[in-house]
Amino acid sequence: MVQSSQATDGLVSIPALLARNVSKFADKPAFREKEFGIWQSWTWTEAHEEIEALALGFLTLGVNEGDFIAIIGRNRPYFYWAMVAAQMVGAVPVPVYKDSAAEEMAYVLAHCGARFVVAEDQEQVDKVIDVQEELSKFEHMIYLDPRGMRKYDHTALNQYSKLQDQGRAARNTLQGEIEKRVARLSYDSTCVMLYTSGTTGKPKGVVLSNRNVIQTSKNSVEFDGLRQDEDILAYLPMAWVGDFIFSVGQAMWSGFCVNCPESEETMLTDLREIGPTYYFAPPPVFESQLTNVMIRMEDAGKFKQWLFKTFMAHAKKVGGDILDGKPVGGMDRLKYALGNVLVYGPLKDTLGLGRVRVGYTAGEAIGPELFDFYRSLGINLKQLYGQTEATVFITLQPNGEVRADTVGVPAPEVEIRIEDSGEIFYRSPGVFVEYLNNPDSTASTKDSENWVATGDAGFFEEKSGHLRIIDRIKDVGKLADGRMFAPKFVENKLKFYPDILEAVLFGNGKDRCVAFINIDLTAVGNWAERNNIAYASYQELAGHPRVLETIQNHVETVNRSVAEDPMLSGCQIDRFLVLHKELDADDGEMTRTKKVRRVVVADKFKDLVDALYAGDSEVSTTTEVTYEDGRKGSISATLELRDAKTVQVAAQKVAAE
Amino acid sequence: MNDMNHDSYVTADGRTIGGVVMEMKNITLRFGGVVAIQDISFDIRQGEIRAIIGPNGAGKSSMLNVISGFYNPQEGDVFYHGKKRKPMRPYQVARQGIARTFQNIALFEGMSVLDNIMTGRLHQMKAGLFSQALWAGRANREEVENREAVEKIIDFLEIQSIRKTPVGRLPYGLKKRVELARALAAEPSILLLDEPMAGMNVEEKEDMSRFILDVNDEFGTTIALIEHDMGVVMDLSDRVVVMDYGKKIGDGTPDDVRNNQAVIDAYLGVAHD
Repeated sequence: MVQSSQATDGLVSIPALLARNVSKFADKPAFREKEFGIWQSWTWTEAHEEIEALALGFLTLGVNEGDFIAIIGRNRPYFYWAMVAAQMVGAVPVPVYKDSAAEEMAYVLAHCGARFVVAEDQEQVDKVIDVQEELSKFEHMIYLDPRGMRKYDHTALNQYSKLQDQGRAARNTLQGEIEKRVARLSYDSTCVMLYTSGTTGKPKGVVLSNRNVIQTSKNSVEFDGLRQDEDILAYLPMAWVGDFIFSVGQAMWSGFCVNCPESEETMLTDLREIGPTYYFAPPPVFESQLTNVMIRMEDAGKFKQWLFKTFMAHAKKVGGDILDGKPVGGMDRLKYALGNVLVYGPLKDTLGLGRVRVGYTAGEAIGPELFDFYRSLGINLKQLYGQTEATVFITLQPNGEVRADTVGVPAPEVEIRIEDSGEIFYRSPGVFVEYLNNPDSTASTKDSENWVATGDAGFFEEKSGHLRIIDRIKDVGKLADGRMFAPKFVENKLKFYPDILEAVLFGNGKDRCVAFINIDLTAVGNWAERNNIAYASYQELAGHPRVLETIQNHVETVNRSVAEDPMLSGCQIDRFLVLHKELDADDGEMTRTKKVRRVVVADKFKDLVDALYAGDSEVSTTTEVTYEDGRKGSISATLELRDAKTVQVAAQKVAAE
Repeated sequence: MNDMNHDSYVTADGRTIGGVVMEMKNITLRFGGVVAIQDISFDIRQGEIRAIIGPNGAGKSSMLNVISGFYNPQEGDVFYHGKKRKPMRPYQVARQGIARTFQNIALFEGMSVLDNIMTGRLHQMKAGLFSQALWAGRANREEVENREAVEKIIDFLEIQSIRKTPVGRLPYGLKKRVELARALAAEPSILLLDEPMAGMNVEEKEDMSRFILDVNDEFGTTIALIEHDMGVVMDLSDRVVVMDYGKKIGDGTPDDVRNNQAVIDAYLGVAHD
């Protein structure tokens, strides 16, 4: 798998790519940021000057090769520069989630032993100051926004721009040192270290080499034909591997422009103003954009509604096929072209997606309806599957082979192997070097031949050769009759309904599956309002017969869809209930990142699970709840347990065998 | 003024408080037979946060209106930068570098946040009607300069995301912030805040407190404020004037005032003869 650096023309580090971009694209825009209501921009030459000034500044502070420099802030050009400046002096940039609590930050900073921190503003500076006692190696902090900082003790604190000035002043004496250090960077030197979000246990520091980042960037850029004139909007957390690859790796490799929004709240406006050509968003972002459109259409005039409905129906029929280059009749094409002028074009423009040539979503399953909505408009939205340890890319969907339920074919130079257990393993030039200071975890994740375990179960579809992800391997089990039990597969199908917020499926080791369902108070509350249904509480609404009726319909539709899957047809929901309370992180039922903790839920609501399996039609229960201020209370309720129709497939299965 | 105090001092949190910039001397304000303010004297120093507190009907707002030049007291004088102030119209006060916000928000509901804040810069625009109408020469230049100043305030108060939103659609807490933005747009040397926290929830109060402190700290703006929330007043202010029934019953640092028996009586309610 070892790639020689010849494949990348001897460009073995990000600073080397920067130098190439300066000579090749000198006056083309490299970074933009909206500030004071205007898009400020920096050309490659200007960006290089800024980055080098900061790198020189780092030298005046005594940064050594191999030092870790933590970077805490939202997406701003200054922090991307800080990462490259760190690389220029041979240090390792470590972007940190800026919304981490002080203790989480303390863990990360202490774990890598960061000597320097580049922080955004007073808030972040205060967090680091709060925990600096625990950081034995921490020496100096640099902050960007001087607001409120005047009265701080500046012996171990510098303003970003002042440090750059200090660097510029020392240019004559230190320029040579920078050049020496850049020359010493190799394909094997560390490019960046990223902490995994740590849903299971403490965060782990994933070390990625220049080879990992540059080779992966090159391959993925070529896969999608990305060009120098792309525009991207950098709005996802800088500490996430995806942002590093899109906004640093791929941007530096192709020389395209990274645009930073004005603030987190203005992201959608800024998206529209920039009109990116290459765009990534997790499913919830697409979902909220669609919801906005739908709500606004409800308020539109009759004619506009008719126009929207007519052409959206047509788009649904042929839009996806046109995008995939499949044969579509002349009249249909004409009507689609008309729709493009009247509806799709303006709509895409409003969404800020009018110029998207390549769009990706990943991170969690995306609802087929949602996915098809965007594709039918002619937006080339695709899915990818990846993780930090792979430098993002494991599989990608090629243009023209896009589906909602698969994640595509192996990315270039990626080998994939599926174990008997169903677990997916991969090997690629992007395979991470190690987990910092954690040889045990490294060894249990990556074997001696560089194969990495993903922890996900999946399989290749025979017809298309696309990979399909089933679930986390630790959640996959077997029903009593030996058929596969993969809860997430069914839960996701349920969660695609706007009125279902959460679903938890049980059935491992049992003869059939039962489910808990949480309604979405916003969606169902809206529906209740429109239908003149009065309710006083979440509990009352959740137990309303008409709500139960609707949910039952959803469950039965999902059952029919699950029945079509040959491997997972056993996961149909036999009985279900709608929970009397929302699953909540404060009660420990979910993680802070809103992922259900199955074990906790199964244990806490054991009486309900038992009642479902016992075939009772009603159950009374009392549940302890924790209020926001930490007080405890309890709620009691009598829940209706319902049977759902399932589709008999066992017979077919026997016949097939 | 010979008796003006020019001694500056540094507060515990490192801010420099300068000499007296405004002085009220024996102010009495009557509305017909009602005495709203009775023989009150106090001063405001450069760079300080000065609070005026008191129970309902104590005459706080009247006092603020005297400072802002909206009311002319029947007796007593107001000295501004050592000079006795003559009766003035509100716009003349604004030109002197005094800006204010209102207890009941007074914004243009139909206009965007940006336009509302721009009105705070009006007195700095000098282009004539003709030039404004043609959108040429000076008018254009002035618009750009003033927009830049306004954008810095928008950035400072973190209201970028509502820049183009009509004020009428905003929740109460944000409207208050926009009003503060408009007052700041005038680049005042003294900022008068009439109950900046009224009707806010805890979080909005915390935000507003932060902004008031930041304005004072970053721009060195002298701030005089009226507020009901004692916790906020005691945390924010350098010195506090306490009024009750139109009279001054206390004046000093928050700690002095807190331990003043007259103040305690006024707040806890003691029978008045």
